[in-house]
Order: sequence, then C-alpha cells, then structure tokens
Amino acid sequence: MSTQTHSDKHEHGGPAVYTKTLLALLFLTIVTVGASYVDFGSGNVVIALFIATIKASLVALFFMHLRWDKPVNAVIALAGFLFLGIFLMFDFIDFGARDNLRPVNFNGMPVIQGASGASGAPAPAAGTEKKE
Amino acid sequence: MSTSTADLQHGQGHSDDPHHQHHFADMEQQFDTSKIGMWLFLATEVLLFGGLFVGFGLMQARYPQEFIEAHEHLQRPLGALNTVVLLISSFTMVMGVNAAQRGDKKKLVMFLTLTIICACIFLGVKYFEYSHKFEEHLLPPRWYHAQATDTVRDAQGNVSHGYGTFFAFYFMMTGLHGIHILVGIFLLAWIAVRANRGEFSHAYYTPVDLVGLYWHLVDLIWIYLFPLYYLIK
Repeated sequence: MSTQTHSDKHEHGGPAVYTKTLLALLFLTIVTVGASYVDFGSGNVVIALFIATIKASLVALFFMHLRWDKPVNAVIALAGFLFLGIFLMFDFIDFGARDNLRPVNFNGMPVIQGASGASGAPAPAAGTEKKE
Repeated sequence: MSTSTADLQHGQGHSDDPHHQHHFADMEQQFDTSKIGMWLFLATEVLLFGGLFVGFGLMQARYPQEFIEAHEHLQRPLGALNTVVLLISSFTMVMGVNAAQRGDKKKLVMFLTLTIICACIFLGVKYFEYSHKFEEHLLPPRWYHAQATDTVRDAQGNVSHGYGTFFAFYFMMTGLHGIHILVGIFLLAWIAVRANRGEFSHAYYTPVDLVGLYWHLVDLIWIYLFPLYYLIK
C-alpha cells in the first residue's frame, strides 16, 4: 500500500535512457541503409521491415513511455497494429487468389508474369493485352 | 503506508490545481483519461496510414519491376538525412516532456524550439525532393513522363502505369505524412507559447505529453516509410 506522489509516478526514463535510445535508433538507421546496398534477394524487404519494427518498438517503449505506462495504452496501440495485420493478411490472400487484378482503366498494360487470364471479371476490349 | 496529507486531499478530489476538472476524481485520473483518449486517436492514425501501406504493398506485388526502377529516382541520402532529423526531433521532444515533468520551464521551451527547428529542416529537405520530382515529371500516372530507364513497356513503347502508380503512392503517403509534420509544428508552437507563459508545472503538463505522443507517432510512421520507399530492392 505505497502511495506514490504524482511526480514519482510519471518521471521515468530520464535523459540517460533517452540518449541511449536515440543512439540505438541512429545505429539501426545506419544498419538498415547499409543492408539495403547488399543483395539478399527477397530477404531485403524482410530485413528492412524487421529493423523498422525494432526501431518503432524502441520509439514506442521509451520515447512514448509505454514501458512504464499503464498497460491499457499498450493494449490500444497493439490493437491498432493487430487490426492492420488482419487487413493486410486478407488483402494479400485475396491478391494471391486472383488471376488478374487489373482495373479497367489499366487496360493495355503488361500483365503479371505467370498470371493466367481466367479471371471472371468482365474484361474490356484490350488490344495489346496478353492473355493465355 | 506513508500517506501524506497532500496525497489524501489529492485522492478526495480537493486538489487546488486550477486545471483539475470536477468530473475527475483527481489529477492522476484526469491525466490517465486524456492519455487513453490520445492513444485511441493514435490507433486510428495507424489505421489511416495502414490502409495506404496495404495499398502500396498490393501495387508493389502487382508491378514489382516498375516499383524497383521507380524507387531508383528517390535520393537515398536525402531520405536517410530526414530519418536522422526526425529521430533527433523525437529525442528533443521526449527531453522536452522530461523537462515539463520536472517543471523546468526554460528547458521545456528550449527543447520544443529545437523540435520545431528539426521539423522545419525535414520539410525543407522534402521541398527539394518534391521539386526534383516535379522537374523530372516523376508524377502520378496521368502526368507521368516516361523515363529513359523505364523498361516495362507494351508493344507500342508506352510505359507501364506501374511507374506513375509508385509516385501516386509516394506523393500520397509522404504528403499525408508531411501534413502531419506541418500540424505538429503548429501544435509544438502552441505548446511552446503556453509553456513560455508558465502554464505548465510538474503537476499539470498533459498537453505537452499528448503533443509528444503525436510527434513520436509521426516519427514512427516515417520509420516505416523510409525503408519501404527508399531502400526496397
């Protein structure tokens, strides 16, 4: 039953912690720029997003005080990203299940490699369109 | 069990603080409530930008070759510079919040000013980047001019819409982010003026804290924008 004063409850982190966080963020920026000059194939995107997520977590935990805050704020923040993840997942499932995503006004542009033109969508008259 | 008289008054809602509104039990609850509201707003911001990120991802999957060629037109050093500037501005912001928590008015105003300066540098760099793209006609499909380096073309030599689509997303997302920076500058200036008037103390600094959260979110969004636009292969 320890009753803390107002300032005790909110004064966390401090200049030393914030300086270390900034140095870590700047270091990770150098790492991600450096990694972009090396060809890892499709791994580049994964590495870039992985480092970005570490950086975003550092900002959220230390600069935005989530590490010391009441958990409800972290729950709200994570809920935002959770629903973004659901949105992203279903869109890419949909994308993968489609043969041809081209909107009508993109008529005449090159088709995706390996895409079969068996789409049920009403295709407009397309002169240069390559369909199998 | 060391509860001082001041804390008891605090708990019973007899705070003398003029910022204390009667429908909150105490300043603590008032602060936490404001903070939850701000986080809810930030969650909607994540979803606002999230929709654009999903659209960008889908179009990148749709036009992989065009997006790789188009991203070569972005100046990587300028993007990296802006990343560093925003990270430093987040640091000066959190130092400002720290100064507010300790009731250090002088340092608070100083750190808010430094944050505003960083924000202005960011927008200045963006101005150079945008004008370069306008000159080269690296614009959304309707205004896009074919570049010599564009390889994805149809039989008549017309370039794919993928190139313009990349720049449509580029301007939409960095533009929306830039508007957030602009709004942030006004919010920071407003907070700095109020801080200078001595309106904040260690007992009441809610606006500083909430503007700080907003500013960090703007930084956080750029942390994802930078690798996706400037670094993706």
